[in-house]
Amino acid sequence: MSIEVAVAAALFVGIIAYAVLGGADFGSGFFDLTAGSSRRGAELRTLVDHSIGPVWEANHVWLIYVLVIWWTAFPESFAAAMTTLVLPLLFALLGIVLRGASFAFRKFSETLGQARLFGVIFAASSIITPFFFGTIAGAIASGRVPLDGTGDRWSSWVNPTSLFGGVIAVGTCAFLAGTFLVADAARSGQARLADELRVRALGVGVVTGAVVFAALVPIDHDAPTLAAGLEGRAAPLVVLAALAGLGTLVLLWRRQYAVSRLTAVVAVASVVSGWGVGQYPWLLVDEVTIVDAAGAQATLQALLVAVAVAVVVVVPPLAYLFKLTQSEEWTKH
Amino acid sequence: MLTPDVVTSVLVHLATGAAGAAEAEPAGLLPAREQMALSLGWHIILACFGVAFPAMIFAMHLRGIRRNDPVALGLAQRWAKVSAVLFAIGAVSGTVLSFEMGVLWPGLMGTYGDVLGLPFAFEGLAFFLEAIFLGIYLYGWGRMPPKRHVMMVLPMAVTGIIGAYCVLAVNAWMNVPSGFRMVDGEVTDVHPWAVLFNQHAFLQFGHMWVGAYMLAGFSVAGVYAVGMLRGRRDAHHRLGFMVPFVFASIAAVTQPFVGHVLGIGLDERQPAKLAAFELAETTESPSPLRLGGVLVDGEVKGAIDIPYLGSLIAMNSPDKPVPGLDTIPEDEHPPVNMTHLAFQTMVGIGTLLAGAVVLFWFQRRRGKDLLEKRWFLRFAAASGPLAVIALEAGWIATEVGRQPWIVYGVMRTTDAVGDYTASLWWLLGITTVVYSLMTWGAVVVLRSMARRWREGAIDLPSPYAPAVSAGSTSGEHE
Repeated sequence: MSIEVAVAAALFVGIIAYAVLGGADFGSGFFDLTAGSSRRGAELRTLVDHSIGPVWEANHVWLIYVLVIWWTAFPESFAAAMTTLVLPLLFALLGIVLRGASFAFRKFSETLGQARLFGVIFAASSIITPFFFGTIAGAIASGRVPLDGTGDRWSSWVNPTSLFGGVIAVGTCAFLAGTFLVADAARSGQARLADELRVRALGVGVVTGAVVFAALVPIDHDAPTLAAGLEGRAAPLVVLAALAGLGTLVLLWRRQYAVSRLTAVVAVASVVSGWGVGQYPWLLVDEVTIVDAAGAQATLQALLVAVAVAVVVVVPPLAYLFKLTQSEEWTKH
Repeated sequence: MLTPDVVTSVLVHLATGAAGAAEAEPAGLLPAREQMALSLGWHIILACFGVAFPAMIFAMHLRGIRRNDPVALGLAQRWAKVSAVLFAIGAVSGTVLSFEMGVLWPGLMGTYGDVLGLPFAFEGLAFFLEAIFLGIYLYGWGRMPPKRHVMMVLPMAVTGIIGAYCVLAVNAWMNVPSGFRMVDGEVTDVHPWAVLFNQHAFLQFGHMWVGAYMLAGFSVAGVYAVGMLRGRRDAHHRLGFMVPFVFASIAAVTQPFVGHVLGIGLDERQPAKLAAFELAETTESPSPLRLGGVLVDGEVKGAIDIPYLGSLIAMNSPDKPVPGLDTIPEDEHPPVNMTHLAFQTMVGIGTLLAGAVVLFWFQRRRGKDLLEKRWFLRFAAASGPLAVIALEAGWIATEVGRQPWIVYGVMRTTDAVGDYTASLWWLLGITTVVYSLMTWGAVVVLRSMARRWREGAIDLPSPYAPAVSAGSTSGEHE
C-alpha cells in the first residue's frame, strides 16, 4: 500500500466512523420528530437526550477529523470540492449548527414552549444534515467535481446519484438510531417504548434497504465508474450490506436488540465502504486519483504519525466513554 | 457573557476600513472577510471558555471534594452545566470555521493545505479528547466515584492548551511563514513539523492562552459581581467570584509582559503592521507613543503624542525609530486606522484590567476588601465584556494589520478568496441571523438556568421529562 493510499484509508475510516457514530446521533432526530405530542413523546425524547447527550460531541469530531485530513493530505481536491459543492456543504453546515445548539438548549429549557421550539429545530436539522452530506458523496462518486473547482454549483449535487445518496444517508442514520435506541430502551427497562421503537426501526430498515438497492439502477448510467466498482471490486461489500441488513431486521423482529446494533453497524459501514472501495482509486471520480491528489510526502508521513497518536490517545478514552454509557449506573437515571 | 453587539460593531468598522483598500478586489473578498470576522469573532469567545473554564471548574470541584465544601461542589456542578451549553455552541461554531477555510479561502487551502494542515490535525485530536472527557465529566455526576470523576475534567484543561497552541501555530505561520520553499511558483520542500513547532507559535500561543484566562475568568467572576450588587452576599457568591478572579488576576498581570515579548522584532517581521499599530506615517527618531488619532490623507489627526515612549516600548531603545509607513510600498499597507485603534483598545483595556487587579490585591493585603465597594463590583461586572472587547480588538489588530497578506509576504488575501459574486453577502446575512438567534437562545437558556438555581432547583430536568409531564400540565419547574 502506498503512503497516499494509507492516508486515504485513514481518511475513509473517519468517514465510516462519522457515518456510523455521528449518523446514529443524527438519526435519533427522525424518531424525536415523529415521537408525537409532548406528553406522548416525553419518554422517547428523554431517551434521545440520554442516549446521545454524552457522546454527540465526540462523535461529531469525526467530521473535523475527516475535513482536516482531507485538506492536509489532498489540498487541491479539498479546495475543488469545497468550491463546487459550496451549497450542499453550507446547508449541511447550517444543519450541524442548528442541531448542536438546539439540542443543548432544549435539554436546559425552562418551559415546554421553549423545549418544543428547540426540539423541532434539533430534530429537523438532524434530518437535513445527513441528506446534504449524502448529496455531496453522490456528487463526488458520480464524477461531478472537477479538480479546477469549476463544477456547476447546482447540477453537481442535484442529480440522481446525489439525491439517492441523500435519501440513503437519511435512511441509514435513522436505521442506526432505531437499533441503538431500541437497545437503550430495552436495557433501561422501558419495555413499552422498546416495542414501539422496534416496529418503527423495522419499518425504517425495510424502506432504507429497498432504497439502497433501488439506487443501484439509476447509478448504473448516472455514475458508471462507481457502478463498475460496485459490481466488481466492491461487490462483496454490497452482498455483506444486504446480509447484515437482513440479519438486523431478523434480530429486531426476534427482539435480540444488543446484537442487532452490531449487524446494523456492519450493514451501514458496508454501504459506506462500498462507495469508497467502489470509486477506488479515484479521489474525485474521473478527475483525480488518490495518488495524484496527494500533497507533500513529508506531510503524509506526519499525518500518519498524527493518526497513530490518535489511535493511542483517543481510542482508549472513547472506548471508556462508550463503556460508561452502556453501564448500569449510567443507564438507570 | 456573549456580546454579539461587540462583534457587530467590529464588523461595521471592518466594512468601512476594508472598503477603501483596493480598487480591483474580487466581488467575494469583502463579504468573505466579514463572514470570517463574524464567525471567528463569535467562536473565539467560546473557544476561550473551552480553554480556560475547565481549569476553573477543576479548581472549584477539587476544593469541594478536598474540603468537603458543599458551596464549592454546587458551583462546580452549575459551571459544568453552563459549560455543556457553551461547549455545544462552541463546537458547532468551530465546525463553521473548518468549512469556511475551504469554502471562503480555497486559494489558501488548495495551495498550502499540506503545509499548514498538520497543526490542525493535532488540534482535532485535542478537540476529540476534550469532547470525550466533556461527555464523561458532564454525565458522570453522581454516577462515578467522586475522586475519579473530578479527574475527568483535568484532561480538558490540558487539551485546551494543546488545541489553542495548534491553532495559534497556524496563525503564527500565516504571520511568519516557514517550513516550505517557493520554486517557480510551486510549493516544495515542505516540513510540516517545522510549521507545528515554528518559533513564533509559542509566543502567540502564550498571548492568546493568557487572554483566554482573562476573558473566561473576568466573565465568570463578573456574573457573581452582579449578584453581589443585587445584594446576594453569601458564601456562594464570594467563592463564585474569587476562584475565577484569581485565575483572571494572574492572567491580567502576566499579559502585558507576554504581549510585549510577542511584539519584540515586529519591526523586522511585519514592519507595516508595527507602523500601523504605532500610527507611524513617517520614521521619527525617537518615535513618540501616539495615543488615539487617525490617519487622514497621510496626516495624523487627533493623536496625543508622548515623546520617546514609542521607541522605548516598541523598539526597546531610547532613540531607535519605528519604521514609518512611508518606507513601505503603498499596496502593502494594511487598513491603518482600524489596526491602530484596535491595537490601542486592546492595550488600553489590558492595562486597565491589570491595574484593577493589582489594586484589588494590594488593598486586600492592607485589610481592605474592595468587594464591599459598589464601584468596584460595577467595574468587576464590566470586566468580562471589557476582556471580550480587548481580545476581539487584539485579533482585529493582528489580522487586519497583516493585510493585504493572508500568508505574510507570500500570498495576498485577494488570491486566496474563492471565485464568488456579490451573492456571498447573502451568506453573511443568513449567518448573522443564525448567530443572533443562537446568541439569543444561549442567553435565554443560561439566564433561565440561573433563575431556577436561585429559586432552589438543582437538577434542572427537561420540561418534557416523563415525570414532569405526567405530574402536571404545566411546563414550569417548581
